[in-house]
Amino acid sequence: MYRIVTRTPLNPSVTKIEVEAPYVAAKAQPGQFIILRVDEDGERVPFTISDSDPVKGTVSIIFQVVGGSTEKLNHVPEGGYIADFAGPLGNPTETEGIKKVCIVGGGVGNAIAYPVAKKFHQIGAEVHCVIGFKNKDIIILEDEFRAASDRLIVMTDDGSYGMKGNVTAGLEILLKENSDYDEVITIGPMIMMKFVSLMTKQYGVKTVASMAPIMIDGTGMCGGCRVTVGGETKFACVDGPEFDGHLIDYDEAMDRMRTYFDFERKAYDEACNLFKQEVR
Amino acid sequence: MPNMSLKKNPMPSQEPDVRNNNFEEVALGYTEEMALDEAARCLNCKNHPCVSGCPVGINIPGFIQKIASGDFEGAYGIISEDSALPAICGRVCPQESQCEKNCVRGIKGEPVGIGRLERFAADTHMKSGAAPAERPASNGHRIAVIGSGPSGLTCAGDLARKGYEVTIFEALHTPGGVLVYGIPEFRLPKAIVRREIEGLKALGVKIETNMIIGKTLSVDELLGDMGFEAVFIGSGAGLPQFMHIPGENLRGVLSANEFLTRINLMGAFKEGSATPVMHAAKTIVVGGGNVAMDAARCAKRLGADVTVVYRRSEAELPARKEEVEHAKEEGIVFSLLCNPVEILAGEGTKQVCGARCIRMELGEPDASGRRRPVEIPGSEFVIDADCVIMALGTSPNPLIKSTTEGLEVSRRGGIVADEDGRSSKARVYAGGDAVTGSATVILAMGAGKKAAAAIDRDIMGAE
Repeated sequence: MYRIVTRTPLNPSVTKIEVEAPYVAAKAQPGQFIILRVDEDGERVPFTISDSDPVKGTVSIIFQVVGGSTEKLNHVPEGGYIADFAGPLGNPTETEGIKKVCIVGGGVGNAIAYPVAKKFHQIGAEVHCVIGFKNKDIIILEDEFRAASDRLIVMTDDGSYGMKGNVTAGLEILLKENSDYDEVITIGPMIMMKFVSLMTKQYGVKTVASMAPIMIDGTGMCGGCRVTVGGETKFACVDGPEFDGHLIDYDEAMDRMRTYFDFERKAYDEACNLFKQEVR
Repeated sequence: MPNMSLKKNPMPSQEPDVRNNNFEEVALGYTEEMALDEAARCLNCKNHPCVSGCPVGINIPGFIQKIASGDFEGAYGIISEDSALPAICGRVCPQESQCEKNCVRGIKGEPVGIGRLERFAADTHMKSGAAPAERPASNGHRIAVIGSGPSGLTCAGDLARKGYEVTIFEALHTPGGVLVYGIPEFRLPKAIVRREIEGLKALGVKIETNMIIGKTLSVDELLGDMGFEAVFIGSGAGLPQFMHIPGENLRGVLSANEFLTRINLMGAFKEGSATPVMHAAKTIVVGGGNVAMDAARCAKRLGADVTVVYRRSEAELPARKEEVEHAKEEGIVFSLLCNPVEILAGEGTKQVCGARCIRMELGEPDASGRRRPVEIPGSEFVIDADCVIMALGTSPNPLIKSTTEGLEVSRRGGIVADEDGRSSKARVYAGGDAVTGSATVILAMGAGKKAAAAIDRDIMGAE
């Protein structure tokens, strides 16, 4: 059992939890992920690590309630326990030799983009960030990003805060002004990463995208996380989760995400109904 | 007076049309009368050729004579001297190519049902509620075992019985390895695996789940700061192989590992499970091994019409005969001498709608001695399906190799180990599928046993 040490709501549907997992905390690096199960009958769900503290022995993840398992996770209180927490899995973000980077995050993906920005900032790289949200009310980690960035553009779809538009609009401004990025890193919804990659390709800037497909074990055993990269099959769990954004077959990856869509919808509704009954 | 019947006592089983709708155990086990009658078929012959066919050398005539005399607990005791997991091996061992293959009774008629008798002795022991073995006094030596499948459990059990303090590190959330994530409930009930694991815990074996060696901890950390004197790697062969044909990453194509893990480890076949699994109308399973049979029979139980596609002929099917027969009885169709060349998607979608296959014929024998399947030009045809499961075999997971300096591996990714399980790295031993690539439960057990003996000799010899 793994204790939830702190629990911090970041916006109405996004929450940060800090979990006691000393072995994972000792090894965790930005870009890696963990797999957890909320309870004994729970499914195995991957989450990218958003922060870790090897001294305290804790690992933080940020999650959005999107299905049955995240709904259940959202109901575990501070001081409560979850059944399993395994990791760190996948490869850390490659930082070597990178002096100037642009990080493009979307929605809850910014929770994962932030530790990457922080890491580059710590090693002395020049860090530019474009972070996008639907609207003002769901913006997360703005202050943290500001502290880790040399330049920050906040975008909202509806223009209720920062600039109006998609992250690609903000990215294009930066690409026009900066022809010397070593790399663009993009983390967020697959459709967003697809369009970020299409744009950076025009500008000829190397791009890395962080994939979070369906998986069970996270160690290479199930093969559920197959992604076609440059015509080759890769396992996101052991070969990734970060891949060359210009080579990923996003359309295939997006379609594969729909494999269990009906089931997940139903599980979410059932979990919601259960908690509603408890409240009554 | 021996029972000279030419036939084995048949195994009572669930009816095919009933069992292909449920996940309960297919084979129900011998009754006492059947066991006594079958045990009486053993001639207790002088050379006991059966024993030489057993990878762990169980005293087979010995335990069968005990059953024949009605001393079932005595029979269990004899099996336990050599096998750590009798209830499991009695169910999943390929006896027809091991002990029973050598049985004198098999020359004229059917061999003695050794596996069925082994299972009877183990199940009877379990039902008797006999107290688990007591924890022996510690000898103060600490050993780490990586993986809780058949080789790891066996190695841990043997060392614990000698007084070693053993900790098993398991990557998944539940111990048992392939016994829980791979082999379905209807062939090996998970309660039996749990019971064997409880037995090990009673011997003092600690099990740490969620520990991915190579990620959470390294082998060198186990040998260093963690203070283990030796490490046994029994991490299995978990990496699924694919065909690398067009369409293989479409929605609806999955590895047998993924399909079986969802069903067996995560219990996705149960109503209300939190883990989803594909409920297809028509499923193709590619491959002819035991894993392919398991996947096909699971898909059938989830309501699909199932076709097994295998590139050689029936005689070459690597699966146990019994599994193939069970699958056929349950209504699974076999499309033999046939191989997929492309997975097809529905028009305008990326969802599987079938597989384009090509007919094969057998040519000259290849390196494995089996006749090489050769494509027949122009023989392509399409099998409709909304799910394709790839059961083409697995290879050892590279996670440990890639994080352990000085650990030699073969070209195929298996850890290089000698007869006794010693690897190229000091104090590191390995066995089971992690060394051989995918093989059988009993061979993995045998390797775990040998390594335990070698660890004991090496540590005691150094004292």
